[in-house]
Amino acid sequence: MLARAVSHALVGLEARRVEVEVHVSGQVPGFTIVGLVDRACQEAKERVRSGIASAERQWPGGRITVSLAPAGLRKEGSGFDLPIALAILAASHQVSAERLAEHAALGELALDGRVRPVDGALAVAEGARRSGLSHLLCAAESAAEVRLAGIEAVPVEHLADAVAYLRGERSPPPFEGDGRPALAEQDFPDLAEVRGQERGRRALELAAAGNHNLLLAGPPGTGKTMLARRLPGILPPLGDREILESTRIHSVAGLLSHERPLVTAPPFRAPHHSSSAAALVGGGPGPRPGEVTLAHRGVLLLDELPEFARPVLEALRQPLEDGFVSVARVGGRAVFPARFQLVGTMNLCPCGGRGDGAAECTCSPQRYAAFRDKLSRALLDRFDLVVVVPRSRAHELAAAPGEGSEDVRRRVLEARGRLGEHRPERTREADELLDRAVERIPLSGRGRVRVARVARTAAALAGSRDVLPVHVAEALAYRSPRELSAR
Amino acid sequence: MSELTIAAFAAETGSHVLEHPRNARFAAFARGFDGASYEARLRGSGLRFLPRSDRSFPRLLASIHDPPVGLFLRGLAGAQLLERPAVAVVGARSCSPYGAHVARACGRALAAAGLVVVSGLARGIDGEAHRGALEAGGTTVAVLGCGVDRDYPAANRELASRIAETGLVVSEYAPGVEPAPWRFPARNRIIAGLCAITVVVEARAASGALITADLALEEGRDVFAVPGEITSALSAGTNALLGLGATPFTSAFDVLERYGLEAAAEPAPEVGARAAAMLERLRESPASADELARASKLDPGDLAAALTELELAGAIQEAEGVFRVL
Repeated sequence: MLARAVSHALVGLEARRVEVEVHVSGQVPGFTIVGLVDRACQEAKERVRSGIASAERQWPGGRITVSLAPAGLRKEGSGFDLPIALAILAASHQVSAERLAEHAALGELALDGRVRPVDGALAVAEGARRSGLSHLLCAAESAAEVRLAGIEAVPVEHLADAVAYLRGERSPPPFEGDGRPALAEQDFPDLAEVRGQERGRRALELAAAGNHNLLLAGPPGTGKTMLARRLPGILPPLGDREILESTRIHSVAGLLSHERPLVTAPPFRAPHHSSSAAALVGGGPGPRPGEVTLAHRGVLLLDELPEFARPVLEALRQPLEDGFVSVARVGGRAVFPARFQLVGTMNLCPCGGRGDGAAECTCSPQRYAAFRDKLSRALLDRFDLVVVVPRSRAHELAAAPGEGSEDVRRRVLEARGRLGEHRPERTREADELLDRAVERIPLSGRGRVRVARVARTAAALAGSRDVLPVHVAEALAYRSPRELSAR
Repeated sequence: MSELTIAAFAAETGSHVLEHPRNARFAAFARGFDGASYEARLRGSGLRFLPRSDRSFPRLLASIHDPPVGLFLRGLAGAQLLERPAVAVVGARSCSPYGAHVARACGRALAAAGLVVVSGLARGIDGEAHRGALEAGGTTVAVLGCGVDRDYPAANRELASRIAETGLVVSEYAPGVEPAPWRFPARNRIIAGLCAITVVVEARAASGALITADLALEEGRDVFAVPGEITSALSAGTNALLGLGATPFTSAFDVLERYGLEAAAEPAPEVGARAAAMLERLRESPASADELARASKLDPGDLAAALTELELAGAIQEAEGVFRVL
C-alpha cells in the first residue's frame, strides 16, 4: 500500500518540491522516516501518531516507511507533519490517494490534531504553483500568504478538517479576502517630533526621494538615531511585487505574526552592533536570510556604525554594490535579495566628545585612529549623503515641532514620480561647477558620481527639469567631511 | 668635519652631545669614523648636514645658549631658507576645531606674506600650521625630534614629503635616530631658536608648546599666544602665557606688524547674494547649518548650496558640523 503527498522544502528563499511517500506493509509494526531529515522532522513521528489518534482515525498496523524524496535534499522543520499524516491515511485507504495527489500540504500537527502554521508558507505556495498544483492545505493562519502566491488556500484548523475535506464530506470555509487584508498602517514615528535639525531633515528627505544611503555623524544625544528611525515613515508604500518579495523573506524568517500576516510597509531593521557577519548577510547550516535581506526594499539602520566589527562592515560591501548576497554553506547555497537603503549613525570619536561644544574629546590619538580606520574609504564611499549633526542648543529643543512625515512623504512620492518619468540632466553650468568642485576639493571618481546622483534627486524634489548649479552645490554639501576621511 | 663626527657619535650612543666630548670612547669613535663616506651616504638618500661652523648656519639659532652641533636637512630648499624671517606656530596635538582653524589660518596668512612658518610636524596644531603655509603656496620648515628620514608621526608622512618639496625638514639628530620623549623638548629649542617670534595656538597647562614658549622667552624672542575660552583646558596654557605678558594673537596682522609687513590682501570671494549674506553672518561667529537656516529663514537646500559656494571659493570651512570663516 503506497500513497504519495506533495510538500516543499525551503532552500534559502526557494521551495523545492518534496514527495512524501508512505509505504505500509503488513509485517511487524514500526515507523521510520528517511530522506535526510533533521531532528524536528524526525520527531514528526510522535506528532503524527498522536494527531491521527486525535482526529479519530485508525493508525495502520504494520510497518510504515515514510520517504521524503529527493533523498539528497536536506529537509528541515515541522511543516511535513501534515503531508506525512495525510499520506499515511491515504496509504491505509482512509482518504482518497488520488485526491490527495492533487493537493500540496504544509503544516505542523499539534498532539491534539490541530494544524499549526509554519515559516515560509508563501515560498512553499509559490513552489506548489510552479509544480502545477492548484490547492494547498495549510493552517488557517497561513492562508493570507498562500493566497498572495496566487494559489487556492484550503485553510484547515484540525487534521480532521483536512480528512473531511479530502473525503469530500465537507469543505472548510474558504479563505476570504484578496490576499491583501486591510492592514492598519504601520505606525512609524513621525518627523513632526523632531525639532530643529533642518539639515538632517533635508538629508532624510533627499535620501527617501533618491533612495540614497545616509550617514549621520555627530556627538551623542543630537538626535541622529531619532532622525534615522523616521526614514521608513517617509518612504512610499511597497508595490505589489515588493510586498510579495518582502513577505516571502519575512515568512521564511518566521517574522510574520497573526496581526501582520503580510509585509506592506518598507521593512525597517536595526541590528545591534554586536551582530556577526552571518547574522547580517545571512548564513547558518542551511542558509537563512540575514538582516540585509530582511531589510530588502526597506531600511537597514546600523546604529553606532564604527562599533560593528570590521569584517561585518566589509561584508556589507557586496550587497550594497550588487543588491543581493550569495551565501554558500555546507547545507547548500542560496542567493538572497538585499536591495536595501543603508542608514548609519556614528559619533565623531570613540568617547563622543568631538563636535560637542560642552564636552572635550579624551580619546588618545591611537584610539581615535583605530576608530577611523574602521570606516574604510570603500565603505564611506557607499554613503551618498553624509551629514554632521552638531549638538543642538536648548532653544532649538523649545522650537515648534517640525513638518510631519505625511507632508514630506508626499514630496518624496512626487520626486520619485518625476525621477521615474524624466531623469533631469545637468546643465552646462552645473557641469562646470561639478568639475570645479572635483578639482578644488579632493573628490574621488565614485565621489563625483555620488554628488551627481544626489544633485539629480535635489532637482527632482525641486520639480526642476534640469539639474541646475544650485542642486550640484547642495549635493556637494553632503559629501564626506574631512574629519571622516583619511587625511 | 668634526661636527658631523659628533652628530654621528651622538646617534651611535643615543645621547645628546653639543660639544666636543673629551673622552676615550669618542676618541675611539672618531678614529674609526669615515666622514667622507658618511656624507656620500647622506647625499645618496637626498640629505645634507649643515654644521654649526658653516657660514650659512642660521645666526638666530647659533645665538641660543645651547645650539646644536649642526642640522641634518631634507628637502629641495637651500640652507639659506633658515636665514629668512621665520615664525614658529606651535600648540597641542589633540587640538580643538577652533585651534586647528586658527593654526591653519595663521600658517596661511604668515606664509602668504612671505614669512617662513616653522613647526614640529606633530599632529594637531603643528600639522595644521604646516598645511596652512603650503596652502598659501609659502614655505615651511618642520623640525623633528628624530632623524629626518623618519616620518614621525606616521600620520604626517605625506605632509612631510610635501614640505620637503618646497621647504625643509630638519633635525639635529642623524638619520635613523628613533623618536624618544626627551628629544622633543630639545627639538622645541630649535623651533624657538630658528624664529624671532613664536605663536602658541593652543596649549594645556604644563605642555610641550609651553616649553617652546619658555625657551623663546629665555632667548629674548617674542611670544604670541592665541586667547581661548577660559573654560577650555586646551587654552589654559595660552591664557596663562597671556597673563605672564605674552602678546595676544588676534590676527596674523599682529605678527606681520613686527616685521613691518602688510597682510596679503585677500580678494573678497565672488559669490552670490545669499552666499555673501551667509559670509557676513559667519564673520560674527561660527555656526552650524541649522542655526544658519533658522537665522536666515532660507530653505535648507538653498542654504546648503550657498555654503558650498563659499567653501569652493575658499572663504569658509566646515569642521564637525560647524562652519567658520577662514
